[in-house]
Amino acid sequence: MESEIELIKKIEAYLFQELNEKERADFDHQRNINPILDSKVVEHLAFLKTIEAYGEKKKLQSQMDSIHQSLDINEIKHSVTETSSSIIIFWNKNKKNFAIAATVAIITTLATLLGTGQFSAKNSNTNYSALKRDMENIKKSQNALIRGYDATPENNINSNQGKYGGSGFALTNNGYFVTNYHVVEGADSVYIQNNKGQSFKVNIIYIDPSYDIAILGIADTTFTNLPTLPYTFKKSVSDLGEEVYTIGYPRDEVVYGKGYLSSATGYNGDSTAYQVSIPVNPGNSGGPLLDNRGNIIGLIKGKQTQTDGAAFAIKSNYILQSIENIPQDSLKNKLNITKQNNIAGLSRTQQIKKMENFIFMIKVYN
Amino acid sequence: MNKNFKHIKLNDNEIVLGILNNSSSTLTYLYKLHFPMILQLIINNSGNDDDAKDIYQETIIVLHDKIKRGDFELNSKLKTFIYSVSRRLWLKKLSQKARFFGDINDYEDYVAVETDIELHEEKDKQFNLMNVSLAGLGEPCKTIIEDFYIKGLSMQDISEKFGYTNADNAKTQKYKCLQRLKKIFFTNNP
Repeated sequence: MESEIELIKKIEAYLFQELNEKERADFDHQRNINPILDSKVVEHLAFLKTIEAYGEKKKLQSQMDSIHQSLDINEIKHSVTETSSSIIIFWNKNKKNFAIAATVAIITTLATLLGTGQFSAKNSNTNYSALKRDMENIKKSQNALIRGYDATPENNINSNQGKYGGSGFALTNNGYFVTNYHVVEGADSVYIQNNKGQSFKVNIIYIDPSYDIAILGIADTTFTNLPTLPYTFKKSVSDLGEEVYTIGYPRDEVVYGKGYLSSATGYNGDSTAYQVSIPVNPGNSGGPLLDNRGNIIGLIKGKQTQTDGAAFAIKSNYILQSIENIPQDSLKNKLNITKQNNIAGLSRTQQIKKMENFIFMIKVYN
Repeated sequence: MNKNFKHIKLNDNEIVLGILNNSSSTLTYLYKLHFPMILQLIINNSGNDDDAKDIYQETIIVLHDKIKRGDFELNSKLKTFIYSVSRRLWLKKLSQKARFFGDINDYEDYVAVETDIELHEEKDKQFNLMNVSLAGLGEPCKTIIEDFYIKGLSMQDISEKFGYTNADNAKTQKYKCLQRLKKIFFTNNP
């Protein structure tokens, strides 16, 4: 008993560094040669650490207790229960279930897509080739209504025969015209010819291949301004079943064609175009599509060969959009669209009579 | 001082530093910051205010010890760690009380804290044992031990406080107390 206390005394003196150098060296030596002493020292040190840890925790606890006392538990409780409204609790309760449900839904969707081959390269290839074929179809079946002059060589007053031809019409009375991009694509020079057979040279001043629109500006000094345009452009979308007509140059004489609006979208769901049930032929491309009141609602651009009576016309608001896109300061003359319609009340024959002076044959040389 | 604290925002790093340096204001900040979260967890999982307090304080101790060990890596947010520890502790308590039915309502994400809990439980055992041993030691030994080994009073102070004639007498008394404490402690903890 006595020796135990002596031992503790010694160990404490050692640990608290109360020994002098010689005593310390002596104790270290004792520890080295006496493993029992050494383990006693280690044990005692651990014990003191336990007391220390005990004290630390006690202190922390009393600190926390005093912090806790400063809290307004009821208020916190209130705020906590308030935020956990029934929906939140429901959400929190079912978060995992929702996640699982969502995962299952996603997996099912992916599996379905995989199963139906939406993702497989093979399928996308067939889609692609189908699309390609369709593109070729468009070329073939929508075959841009350009008239090949070579096929029907005819004499012309000015005898400046173009290689290809289409139709176009005046945007303004001061020398701006619109036609299809595919009519003038790759052209060396472009001429317009009126119903009296006079030709004038024009420049392509703006093209929009995606909408198949080309805007032409007069380059010929012999051109005199046209009278005020009798028609206007319709900004809104026209309704299905609306009676429409077109005037164009599928041959050297101006030709009138009548039909109705059969769909609000063009070929393959093309939302920039209408489908029109109207007889059109090569050469009608670029001609105007007009409604009963003589408003221009579109620009004839092609037809589908395998389907009867399916022609397509670019919606008029895309023409207006193209006009807006032209940098005005690059123009010789101001490009102002008329806002007044002079032929709304006239009969169809009267309308056509007024109109035909503003419809031109587009002749393309390349 | 407490009111001022509402306007100060400490990030996780600053809190860890504060705890490491025994900052009581950081402890206050930390304590107030996350108590509502744990209160919500406990009272919505068949516990009451007191349970929340116990669980939360135990959690803070776990965090405190972890930081003091130099073991706290900020790979998870303090908030997540606190929530995870409280959650685990409460699950244990529920299963001990045998009113645990399998799952609890969660309000936050949680991470695995099993090793921290195990370390804590070991420490907690020692703490309780020490608590019992000191209680069994009786006065004045208990206070002498606490004053010297915990509060860090000098033997001089202690001998004056207890009316010993000199520090050496007090020292001898302290050794006797320590020896008895050891005996009680190790008898209970073989």
